Amino acid sequence: MPFGNTHNNFKLNYKVEDEFPDLSKHNNHMAKVLTKELYGKIRDRQTPSGYTLDDVIQTGVDNPGHPFIMTVGCVAGDEESYEVFKELLDPVISDRHGGYKPTDKHKTDMNFENLKGGDDLDPNYVLSSRVRTGRSIKGFTLPPHNSRGERRAIEKLSVEALTSLDGEFKGKYYPLKSMTDAEQEQLINDHFLFDKPVSPLLTCAGMARDWPDGRGIMHNDNKTFLVWVNEEDHLRVISMQKGGNMREVFKRFCVGLQKIEEIFKKHNHGFMWNEHLGYILTCPSNLGTGLRGGVHVKLPKLSTHPKFDEILTRLRLQKRGTGGVDTASVGGVFDISNADRLGSSEVEQVQLVVDGVKLMVELEKKLEKGEAIDSLIPAQK
Amino acid sequence: MQPEADLLHKPGETMPFGNTHNQLKLKYSSEQEYPDLSKHNNHMAKILTPAMYERLRTKETPSGFTLDDVIQTGIDNPGHPFIMTVGCVAGDEETYEVFKELLDPVIEDRHGGYKPSDKHKTDLNPSNLKGGDDLDSNYVLSSRVRTGRSVRGFCLPPHCSRGERRAVEKLSIEALASLSGDLNGKYYALKNMTDAEQQQLIDDHFLFDKPVSPLLLASGMGRDWPDARGIWHNDSKTFLVWVNEEDHLRVISMQKGGNMKEVFNRFCTGLTKIETLFKERNHAFMWNEHLGYVLTCPSNLGTGLRAGVHVKLPNMSKNAKFEDVLKKLRLQKRGTGGVDTAAVGGVFDISNADRLGFSEVELVQMVVDGVKLLVEMEKKLEKGQSIDDIMPAQK
Repeated sequence: MPFGNTHNNFKLNYKVEDEFPDLSKHNNHMAKVLTKELYGKIRDRQTPSGYTLDDVIQTGVDNPGHPFIMTVGCVAGDEESYEVFKELLDPVISDRHGGYKPTDKHKTDMNFENLKGGDDLDPNYVLSSRVRTGRSIKGFTLPPHNSRGERRAIEKLSVEALTSLDGEFKGKYYPLKSMTDAEQEQLINDHFLFDKPVSPLLTCAGMARDWPDGRGIMHNDNKTFLVWVNEEDHLRVISMQKGGNMREVFKRFCVGLQKIEEIFKKHNHGFMWNEHLGYILTCPSNLGTGLRGGVHVKLPKLSTHPKFDEILTRLRLQKRGTGGVDTASVGGVFDISNADRLGSSEVEQVQLVVDGVKLMVELEKKLEKGEAIDSLIPAQK
Repeated sequence: MQPEADLLHKPGETMPFGNTHNQLKLKYSSEQEYPDLSKHNNHMAKILTPAMYERLRTKETPSGFTLDDVIQTGIDNPGHPFIMTVGCVAGDEETYEVFKELLDPVIEDRHGGYKPSDKHKTDLNPSNLKGGDDLDSNYVLSSRVRTGRSVRGFCLPPHCSRGERRAVEKLSIEALASLSGDLNGKYYALKNMTDAEQQQLIDDHFLFDKPVSPLLLASGMGRDWPDARGIWHNDSKTFLVWVNEEDHLRVISMQKGGNMKEVFNRFCTGLTKIETLFKERNHAFMWNEHLGYVLTCPSNLGTGLRAGVHVKLPNMSKNAKFEDVLKKLRLQKRGTGGVDTAAVGGVFDISNADRLGFSEVELVQMVVDGVKLLVEMEKKLEKGQSIDDIMPAQK
């Protein structure tokens, strides 16, 4: 290669045994895959932007495990990380994404018309519906690694793209660093405001550097379409509304994203995507669609039923508390969303949510009436 | 080895290697990369300008530490409610040379006008301390002296790799294991401490934990925790060494009561023995005649020494002249929980304010003399007497 990485070359003066992290108390995907031999084999590599193996794994070294979730323990610093460090990341991806092989191809389907139904989830149970994903912008390194110059360039492009949207997507961009107190208060009340990450999973990967420089929030006037700029990914795109009309949420999601993508493409900065990994994001867990489609739904009886977790597994769904990824549920209200990200399309994943939630509400109603649900327990999807 | 590398030259010309990531950043203009310091109040933010940033951003130390590495903690931490933070750190010994254009003014600002041409005095001869064995233990609850040391040949905690950190630990264990007599002790590695050992160290107030302060975390000092971190203490629990926390070594001598002389004796004796052991292994402490002992944070250069007492000053601390007296005595107050805490029950941590430009003996002398005076003042105020006639001159 034409250039060296000073600090990484310096570390090569130490033997593999001396540099290999102690993962004996660790329980994350990276720790399960990384061996001393593998470390020795790939530690002298770097991506074109200078991202190294130690950079990839630092968050997993610093965070041995999590009480509620099996963490990934590694991140990408740029698009090339997934290629340069494939000996580590392919097995991590396979482990995390249900056996997805290095030769597999991922399907992208953002045509909302392919979704069947989804406009009639019972709002007595389904309190709100939401679809989110992330997008990375080609030509820039990712949040663990990007410089202030890159982050600001991403923000500038994003602001251009987002403020040119019209119709139901017409909205305003609020940079975190120059928000007025009134704006901040409003965004907090709307539950839109994201704050500097406190989770060590993110801070150890360097994603909070230079906060709040280059970070901001855009939302449309109706407050149903929201974009976060430069948080854990270059862009996080969220469509949401109260009630159970997931179909409408997904339509807005697809239409909005496609409009945004066109504008970025015009500037020669399309989204990072390839036919093997789909959309490229910072965390390997979000590859593929990067999509989490979910509802807040009242399931006080079903959630205490002994077969609840099994039903979720069969429906390929996952539960979270209403505070997000590492919270517990409150008052029998659960966040139910698709478990998969890679290997199935956007439409397929949202379909699983729509069909699965519909079934679970049926089961809840039966349990309310004291009826058995055994005959309705689904087969493995 | 060259003290610095200029990345504007092609690899192979003036230096053997380049810093890939730093080179990528050079594609962006200086304005595009310059941090927003408009809401910042730390020493780095006061000194750094766009023009200086432009000049220094192409440089790196031999181990690859760059300007952005030096200043990251100061960007991520705009200010602190109680203390004026430094906002920059060193990643290795050469940082202070390669980035002197930034660090010399920071040092000058922080250390009372210390100039780039000034020389620092080291004096670890405890017999040069006058008195200090008779601070009134009705007031002075405990006495303590601490400093830090960096081991030459290794990068500093913000930058060191696991291999380096483990090598520092290994050397430290060897050196400390050869201490004897009053200094005979044991090393407890953080990562394989038993529950019982951990509890004892907590009860003794010896155990240090993974840093939570964003000042430290933002500069990378929490990486790979608790790998190669540990605590050594002597059997009598009066001499304590932390390995690989904020510096390679932190050395602490302490005991209850007011016999600062004894504390300082043990401090000097122990440190000198440890230094000899490291030198024998060709890894002396980082030191030079301008900056004295070289440590991670520019605020700890020189002696790196903080000598202090926990002292009851309920009346004095409420007196209008308290701050002024401390200033004249070149002392500083803290709460008994450490650098960023408040005082509890009228008990203060009083210590030397200076680190650089005065020797160890001189700094401890200031503490001894100053605390003696403060206790006198406390006693006068107790009796309802005035303290005006014993106000000190500026030291």
